[in-house]
Amino acid sequence: MSENQKTIIVFSGDLDKAMAAMIIASGAAAMGNEVTLFFTFWGLNLLRKPESVKVKKNLLEAMFGWMMPRGARRATLSKMHMGGMGTAMMKYVMKTKNVNTPEELMHNAQEMGVKFIACSMSMDVMGINPEELIDGVEIGGVATYLGSADEANVNLFI
Amino acid sequence: MADYTLNCRGMQCPGPIMQLFQQMKASQPGDTATISVTDMGFKKDIEAWCRKTKNELVSLTEDAGVITAVVRKG
Repeated sequence: MSENQKTIIVFSGDLDKAMAAMIIASGAAAMGNEVTLFFTFWGLNLLRKPESVKVKKNLLEAMFGWMMPRGARRATLSKMHMGGMGTAMMKYVMKTKNVNTPEELMHNAQEMGVKFIACSMSMDVMGINPEELIDGVEIGGVATYLGSADEANVNLFI
Repeated sequence: MADYTLNCRGMQCPGPIMQLFQQMKASQPGDTATISVTDMGFKKDIEAWCRKTKNELVSLTEDAGVITAVVRKG
């Protein structure tokens, strides 16, 4: 175990939870830690490119693709979303207070050397192809996560 | 020994420590950085950051809502 490694399972694709995960991840990187984020289930949507990518999908996979948000830009609040009004208000307030957007936070985290790993099983279930993910994302399974978690002294599930 | 100045006023957490981390990575041991921040959490953060990263907190002052820290690279 190392005092200098941290892992976070990013299970939620909610705006607020994603922000918490990214702030902790970049903060840890700024404290000199090696940080690994394992994106699974709804969290996987945060890694999607904002634009639509042409890939072959069956009907169910295509439907999943349409129904789920493409990328962090489209993430919504876990509470007070109110059909989009609450999320829009929150984004506005955060902008006036100079808080980085989830996309910026993710970009900065990657710049700081935070590793992004997409869960292969979730990708398969949701019909998400590697081409649909933003750059710099590795694909792995539970063993990849556990391998990192075993060596880390902080492991969070968000 | 160089002294660098970082203006992180108006920047939210974790911006200031990220800036400081990048600056320290580019600095030589003994160099100092003077960082000014308006995020109120920074006062406690900088102490923890210096302790963890083995850098020396030379001074920490607050004036009119601006926290100024001088950090020497260890």
